[in-house]
Amino acid sequence: MIQSIDYTVIAVPLILALVAGLVLVLDAFLPHRPGSGRLLGLVTLGGVVAGLGVTAAQAVRGGWWQTFCVPPALPTPPPMPARMTVTLNVFINAPEELVHAGTSCSFVLDRFALIFAGLALTAGLVVVLMSMAELAGGRLPVGEWYFLLLCTLAGAVLLAASRDLIMLVVSLELVSLPVFALTAMRRYDGRASEAALKLFLVSVVSTAIMLFGVSLLYGLTGSVHLSDIATALSGGTPARLGPVPTAAFFNTGAPTGLGPVTAVATVLVLAGFAFKVAAVPFHSWAGDVYEGAPVPVAALLSVISKAAGFAGLILVLTTALAAQAAVWAPVVAVVAALTMTAGNVLALRQRRAVRVLAWSSVAQSGYILAPLAVFARVARGDVAVGASVAYLVFYAAMNLVAFGVVMLVSRARERDLLDDYRGLIFRRPAAAAALAFSLICLAGLPPGLAGLFAKVVVFRAIVDGGLGWLAVVMAVNTVIGLYYYIAWTAKLFTPAAAGEVAGRPRSLPVAAAVGVALAVTLVFSVVPQVVLAAVA
Amino acid sequence: MNWLLILLPAVPLLGAAGTVAVSGRTASRYGVAVSAAVLAIAVAVAAVFDYGQAGRMQLQTDLPWIPGLGLRFHLGIDGISLPLVVLTALLTFLCFLHLAGHPPEAGRTRALVFTLLVLEVGMIGTFLALDLLVFFVFFEVVLIPMYFVIAIWGGRDRRAAAVKFILYTLLGSAVLLLGLLVVWAQAGTLDMVDLAASHGSGIARSAQIVAFLAIGIGLAVKTPIWPLHTWLPDAHTEAPTVGSVLLAGVLLKMGSYGFARIAVPVLPEGAEALAPWLGALAVIGIIYGSLACLAQRDLKRMIAYSSVGHMGFVLLGFATLTPVGMNAALFGNIAHGLITGLLFFVVGGIKERYGTADLMKLGGGMLRRLPYVASLLTFACVASLGLPGLAGFWGEMLALLGAFQPAPGLSRPLFLVFMAVGGVGTVLTAAYFLVMLSRVTHGRARETVPVGPALASAEEIRVVLGPDEPIEPVATGTAVAEAGPPRAIPMRDVTAHELAAWLPLVALTIAFGVWPKALLALTTPAVHAIFGIGGGTG
Repeated sequence: MIQSIDYTVIAVPLILALVAGLVLVLDAFLPHRPGSGRLLGLVTLGGVVAGLGVTAAQAVRGGWWQTFCVPPALPTPPPMPARMTVTLNVFINAPEELVHAGTSCSFVLDRFALIFAGLALTAGLVVVLMSMAELAGGRLPVGEWYFLLLCTLAGAVLLAASRDLIMLVVSLELVSLPVFALTAMRRYDGRASEAALKLFLVSVVSTAIMLFGVSLLYGLTGSVHLSDIATALSGGTPARLGPVPTAAFFNTGAPTGLGPVTAVATVLVLAGFAFKVAAVPFHSWAGDVYEGAPVPVAALLSVISKAAGFAGLILVLTTALAAQAAVWAPVVAVVAALTMTAGNVLALRQRRAVRVLAWSSVAQSGYILAPLAVFARVARGDVAVGASVAYLVFYAAMNLVAFGVVMLVSRARERDLLDDYRGLIFRRPAAAAALAFSLICLAGLPPGLAGLFAKVVVFRAIVDGGLGWLAVVMAVNTVIGLYYYIAWTAKLFTPAAAGEVAGRPRSLPVAAAVGVALAVTLVFSVVPQVVLAAVA
Repeated sequence: MNWLLILLPAVPLLGAAGTVAVSGRTASRYGVAVSAAVLAIAVAVAAVFDYGQAGRMQLQTDLPWIPGLGLRFHLGIDGISLPLVVLTALLTFLCFLHLAGHPPEAGRTRALVFTLLVLEVGMIGTFLALDLLVFFVFFEVVLIPMYFVIAIWGGRDRRAAAVKFILYTLLGSAVLLLGLLVVWAQAGTLDMVDLAASHGSGIARSAQIVAFLAIGIGLAVKTPIWPLHTWLPDAHTEAPTVGSVLLAGVLLKMGSYGFARIAVPVLPEGAEALAPWLGALAVIGIIYGSLACLAQRDLKRMIAYSSVGHMGFVLLGFATLTPVGMNAALFGNIAHGLITGLLFFVVGGIKERYGTADLMKLGGGMLRRLPYVASLLTFACVASLGLPGLAGFWGEMLALLGAFQPAPGLSRPLFLVFMAVGGVGTVLTAAYFLVMLSRVTHGRARETVPVGPALASAEEIRVVLGPDEPIEPVATGTAVAEAGPPRAIPMRDVTAHELAAWLPLVALTIAFGVWPKALLALTTPAVHAIFGIGGGTG
């Protein structure tokens, strides 16, 4: 099989991988002087910025690019069934001529992939800046840290562009595996080791479950390409396979006779991704892991890793399994409702800042999941997907602001209690204002318009889809969520008790990280159109 | 595109941003200046307003904001919103005047000025917005500032009251948003002018009922309607004077304005189906509010409960679905804003002087000790109980008149019952205000020292009395109050700042009481436009 590789299309993951290798080599050969850690950080930063630049250039160029393609089949492939084009997601919907050519590609650079690449790289920029402060302590191995970070970023960028199951699983693992090591890197801290072990076990189990589902799907359809799976499951013959024995055997009644198997495969894949995005009932790891991991890694988990999980989930559910929406949509609806409720209720009683953010991010996962539940119920499924993606993008920006400020404060106070934030407005007005803004955004109230519009978009999709009960559950959850966000915000403005110690010297990289995230959040608040137009 | 209406919310917003450049000492004067500018713009808007076409949206600004959501930055003003905008600008200005003479006890004047200016943005924006989502955004803008006004500058139980306030109102807002989205999903537009012009066509009856219910519950929390009012007494009682004034004077109006602007015009069938329930809850609120007032010992709390009763009349007006009732509601809105604003100002002044608002501790004879303050209190109470010739009368009277002849689709006997019950409510209202006045202003002055609610130790009394006052070893609580007559501490009667803040409200209360047509001529065309009629039917 001959595949031509278009290197301009895969430029971004390539750059990231090369810089990752470069960092490792530099770390090995550079003399260990005080400044070398900073140099590695700058190299990493340069790599991420370069990736971001290339992504921006690709976005400006527009269009729909693909590589790693399998040539079309010998006989003329059947056209896509009309039913499919209705529910297919526009992001992932290939131009007609390509579909008809029967080409199946493993790597596709479309709007969906570009949005996620932009999200992951911008978040990566913030995380690298936060890491520079974390590594300044000198107790962590710098080269390994940046290498692992870049690997995760490369995985996240790859994942959103993947269009076959193998690529999906591999890139998802590329996102996850380095995070275990990053979490465990503080070897002197027992909580970090515990968190890493927990994360590792949960992740491995989820991967196993997902692989089982993936293998069932492959067995059912005889293809790993998402578009072929969709065709097969909706009743057509896979584009190029023709009479492959297993496929022929199953194909006699793929959608009808093998409904139960398809359903099991669907639920297994869903469960696998539910672990990654910390959805109920696979959410319990979040609190301990976020708390045990270094703050930059917690930020990475809550934004990049989560975004990758959602990208995979959306790809599989809305392209490969679009015809199975009747099976997974109710499950997603219930999971979304439970996730937002569990996350919010658990966040209510937390006393540590990172744990509040951990459970709040679980709750936010529920909001992101919710529109997917109406995917098949609205006239255009891409509106529902767009709502999810939009919420994810808004959430990423505002959550990173919060993590940045937590990083600032927790560097001054190791305890990281919510009470440490008392009177922050008097000690560090800018940081406190940024945190207050991001918390109000997360709560979804003006002046945090980014959060408000994110919620409006999700609510609209749900109401359009007619899932009234889910909308009501989400409304109630918004109120529960507000309680802990506002309680934390109020602490910032209440005068601190006597005997406060001043914070340690400010950290320029963290300030820059907060600045970047805050600027993005502010832009989203004033002109949310930039996101909504991109996903519409 | 009209700059005047954009300036109205923009000036306080820029003013709030400008507080960073102001020193703490000049902050309150800065606030007065900014709010005066806003008031001047509001007056200018009122001056250029075409009174011949009060039923039409004027001075419109319509810019695309978020095309992805079909959201347009659409502002406009008509006979319904104009009085409310002017009232908001006026009350905010008066609050800043008050603040200039009475800096907050908790300090941080600059932060308070900032918060109040942001609050003003939300309040004015709500009354100007003509897009459902823009309305919602402004509706929400007030939550956070008001939370901080209560939580930072409030009384003793401020934290709990603030949390209760924001959770209640946010729950209402979330339900309101769902209702708005149902309207949007059904009608396909967010534009209030288009929605009102189509009189509910294009929205199925069942969807109208669901949407009216959701929007109604959302607005009911804010207005408030019994039984969703329980946040209100706590919030009003704990809030500082300026907070109470704006809460009662403007924030409650945002709820009732929502009924006039969205719920009734956009969802006529839903309104018709649910109007009897709305009316029933309204009269329960009237009776409940009055009875609760009779039972209160705290002056501020009592006025808070009186708001529940008064807003009951406003809602009864809406529930009749007639032009008369609607006019009554809109008139009652303004009257309540003026009178209750004045009441909270005066009671705040009393609390400042006596150190308590507890009726028992205040004792009687205020007319003798503080003749001006007591007279103003009497005036405000009498206006509030609906004495003919003052503004409070017309809203209640017209609401009852509207209930006498409700809209054709509604059960007349039911509304006659409502009218009768509402009539009993007016009597009860008169009763509790007169009882309160007789206790506080009349009688012999018990020369009370300004005792706080629970002064247990000599240290705390020292704090209250100041360092130079002698302390009797066992003198605590009311024991001091019963002590002999010559221990009067001279209290300042009304100050210049207070007079400046209060007199405009007195003047307007009298003006609208004597000449209600000034306001009714403004609202009537707009109300007729809502019901799609040229003349009156009710």
